[in-house]
Formats: sequence, C-alpha cells, structure tokens
Amino acid sequence: MRFHPTHRHQAGQKSILVKDVVVRYGDVTALDGVSLDVEQGERVAVVGPNGSGKSTLFKVIAGVIQPQRGGVTLFGSAPRQHICVAYVPQRSLVDWSFPVNVQDVVMMGRVGRLGLLRWPTRRDQEMVRDCLEMVDATDLARRQIGELSGGQQQRVFIARALAQQAEVVLLDEPMTGLDVAAQKGILAILDKLRELRVTVLLSTHDLNQAAECFDRVLLLNKSVFAYGDAARVLSSAHLAAAYGDQLRLVDSGNGVLAFSDTSCSGGEDAHADHS
Amino acid sequence: MQTILEFVVTPWTYAFMGRAFLAAVIVGVVSAVLGTYVVLRGMAFMGDALAHAILPGVAVGYLVGGGARGPLLWWGLGAGLLAAFGIGGISRRAQVREDTAIGVIFSGMFALGIVLISTVGSYATDLTHFLFGDILGVGANDLYVIAGFGALVLLLIVAFYKEFMVISFDPVLAATLRIPDRFFHYLLLVMLATTIVVSLQTVGLALMVAMLVTPAATASLLTRRLPSMMAVSAGIGVLAALSGLYISYYANVASGAAIVLVCTGFFALAFLFAPRKGLLTTLLADRAARTAD
Repeated sequence: MRFHPTHRHQAGQKSILVKDVVVRYGDVTALDGVSLDVEQGERVAVVGPNGSGKSTLFKVIAGVIQPQRGGVTLFGSAPRQHICVAYVPQRSLVDWSFPVNVQDVVMMGRVGRLGLLRWPTRRDQEMVRDCLEMVDATDLARRQIGELSGGQQQRVFIARALAQQAEVVLLDEPMTGLDVAAQKGILAILDKLRELRVTVLLSTHDLNQAAECFDRVLLLNKSVFAYGDAARVLSSAHLAAAYGDQLRLVDSGNGVLAFSDTSCSGGEDAHADHS
Repeated sequence: MQTILEFVVTPWTYAFMGRAFLAAVIVGVVSAVLGTYVVLRGMAFMGDALAHAILPGVAVGYLVGGGARGPLLWWGLGAGLLAAFGIGGISRRAQVREDTAIGVIFSGMFALGIVLISTVGSYATDLTHFLFGDILGVGANDLYVIAGFGALVLLLIVAFYKEFMVISFDPVLAATLRIPDRFFHYLLLVMLATTIVVSLQTVGLALMVAMLVTPAATASLLTRRLPSMMAVSAGIGVLAALSGLYISYYANVASGAAIVLVCTGFFALAFLFAPRKGLLTTLLADRAARTAD
C-alpha cells in the first residue's frame, strides 16, 4: 500500500501554517490571533483548559470553519484545496447507533478520492483492509460501530483517516476515557503515522503525556500562550497564565505537580458545529 | 382454499383497485427508502412540515385548474420547494432555531392553503381528499407520474448513496472531503418534496410523515447496516400498502389511514420483539444474564 499525495504539494512548505487566526461565534471569541507552524511528520500535542478553542483550531486547519481573520495553509495552499487532512472527532460527538459497520466507516474515507457516481473498486476494498490491519482492527471489520470499546472506536476512526490518505491528522481528545492499555495502543499507531511522515496534532488534557510523547506542545487558551519544547512550554508560569483557576499547581520539591479539571470533555464543542 | 384465493383476488378485478394497489406499493417503497435518511438525519418534523406546506400550492392548482389533476402536482411541488428553501434560509440567516422556523412556515402555509380552498363553495370533500388521500381515484396518468417520479427519487438515492451516507453520519468528514454538504441537504429536501407530492393521492398529506418515518424507524430496530435498513424499510412499506388496502377494501375504512396503521403495528412489534433492540427481548436477556450470575 502506498500513502501518497494526489494533490500537488509545494516542496519545502510547512505542513501546517496558521497565521493570526480569529474565530468568533456571535459575541464569543473562540480563537484570538492564533499563529503556529508544523513541519511534515511532526507530532504536536495541543493542551489547554476546556473551551480553549482546541476543536475550533482543528476545524479551521481542516477547512471546516472559515476564520473571520487570518488564514491557514497546508503545504502552501488553502485547506479547501486538500482532501489530505483528516479530523478524528471526539467520541462523544459520534452517532454510534448509525447503521454502519467498521468497514463502512473506513470506506467513508475513500469517498473523497472516489468522486461522484463512482463505486468502491477492489483496490478501495483492499485499502480498507490494509488500513484496518495497520490499526490492528482486522477482526473488527464486520462489527457494528456501537459494539466497539472506546479504544477500538478510536482506532477505527484513525483507520478512516488512513483510508483518506491523510497527510495531516487532527485527533480531538482521542485519549479521553481510555484506559492505559488503549492509550498505549493509540500511541503505537501514532508511531506508525510518524514513519509515514504524517503530521499529527492531538488535543489532550494529559500534560504528562503531552510532555513525553510529542515533538512540540502548543499551550492554547483562545490565543497561543506558548509553543515549542515541552520543557519550556509547560513551565508553571505558562500553565498558570493559560489555565488560571482551572489548574492547581503544587510545588512538590521534585518539581511542579499540575492538577487540572479534566472531568468534562466536549464542552467546547457546544457552539463549534460548522453547520 | 377457494375462499382465500377469492379474498386475495377479488379486489384486483376492479381496474381502479388495481391502480390503487400499484400506486400504494410504489409510494410505499419510495417513501420508505427515502425515509431512512429522514430518520437518520432527524428530519421527521421537517418531513411533516413539508407535507403540510404543499397545501397552498395544491389549492392554487385546484382553483386555477378547475379540478384537473395534472397541474396540482406542479403547484404542490412548487410550494414544497418554496417551504424547503424558506425554512433553510430563515434558520440560517436570522437568529431563529430550525424547528421554530419549520413551525412558523409550515403552519402559515397550511393555513393559507385552507383559506384558499375555503373560497370554493363545496370545499370540504376536496380538502378531505388532499388531507387523507383519494387512492381509489388514481387514474392511469397519475400512475405514470407516480412511477416516473418515484423511479427518479430512487435513482438519486442510489447514485448519491455514499455522499448521502457521509453527510448524514459525519458532516465534519463531509466537509474535509470537500463534499458539498448543503447541496446534498437541499437535494434531499427536493426529493422529499417530490415524494410527498406524488404520494398526495395515496395517503394524503396529513399522514404522509408516517409513510416516511414509521417503516424506516421499524427497519432501524431490525437491521445493522444502511443497505439492509433500506431494503427492510421498503419491504415494510410494500407489506403495509398491500395489507392496508385489503383491510380498507373489506372493512370499508379509509385506505390511507389503514396503511399507516399497519405500519404502526409493524413498528410496535419490532419495538417489543426485535432480536437485538426490542424492549421485551432486551429485558428478557437482562434477566437471563442476571439469573446466570
């Protein structure tokens, strides 16, 4: 199986370039002058309190939401010119009772490549099989999506992103609600994505994981508080500035312990629906 | 044996009953298949509203056409499209929720239809036909129109199967695949309006939403994938159309209502006894699991 761009990407361009993006929902500002750049194949963790605009940022990068100001380029051109960017939604926002099985969901990733009035060919079916194999979900192919565990659901949606031949994958809080083993499974898949030079942005509430498993960390709360190496970004000064009351910092002699309120997920999506 | 055969065959010996059966079956299939998207996309209220909103169109056609059937269809279709785009436009531009916009537009248009029809002296009978159908009055020409538009709607459902599935399951995926979400949503509304208008004679607009929603809702309890949901929904639509008409013929009750009641019966059965999702089935399974512990 070959994962390759069908759209021409300009050489030497950043995988993702976000410039001064502002998004407002009515009177509420969701993103206020956000800028960042991500290299191809890089893996970036996006952290920030609930309602900090993580989902909105992902949807702007995916070209689903148009910012009021500023803009995004992927490999040098506007997101809407690409179908190589995949958004993996928060699990709580998916209709798990929809009458589709795992194969059907992964095949949906092929729809953009197929075009109108074309049915999936044997090649597409093989591709779906390969993608399921990559996320270690071959035996789930015929399961109804509502019968999957949280980790399985997440892996199936990553397989869909692979079937889409995505070169930029945006994962919206994929670890929320998963046990340690399932989280390790996702991280192992992220390693495979890195080998394929796929750029990954992942939002999370787990600051430790963000620090340990990612190339760079973006600390976001409507605007960028810090972006770069975990050690520099996750300093107590930055965290206190970004989280305010939502985070308690305790100096424990061996370093700073951070406690954040991660109990509610999905809150920031209440008005992030693009339709 | 003889009597059963007679029971089944007798109604067909009348040409008008034969046409009624054919019309009911076509309408049953088309609305049941299209209805899967109505159910999956949560558009039941929209479907009901569209059905009621075509009344002013039908009324104008009725007033200018002097009872001719042909123009009714086009006027009704026009009103249905106006309502579909009007609701979409209002809920997108103004600060009005979509269901509120639906409520305002459909009741307004329905009232306009009644006012228009009531300007004619003997309007009660005609209004009844629009509201509850007039399946025994289906002519050969009507049948061609029903079959033609029905085939067109089914063709579109097959042709854009994967696009409709993606925009219904995951609008954000549709957006990242650059599938024109809004175009397909409006196409679905146009198909809905078309189906409602050609079904007008069979069930009438008051009960139309049942033909769209009930077979599909029943099928959703019995199936796990979209193609089988569509097939089962269509099967229920056909069964309900046939048995409803027989009931109507022998018990001498309103045909559209009889068809709808059969649909409701199927739904009740599935709701209670569906293998995986039925109420009693899951209760019994839970109890069995608890005693096993």
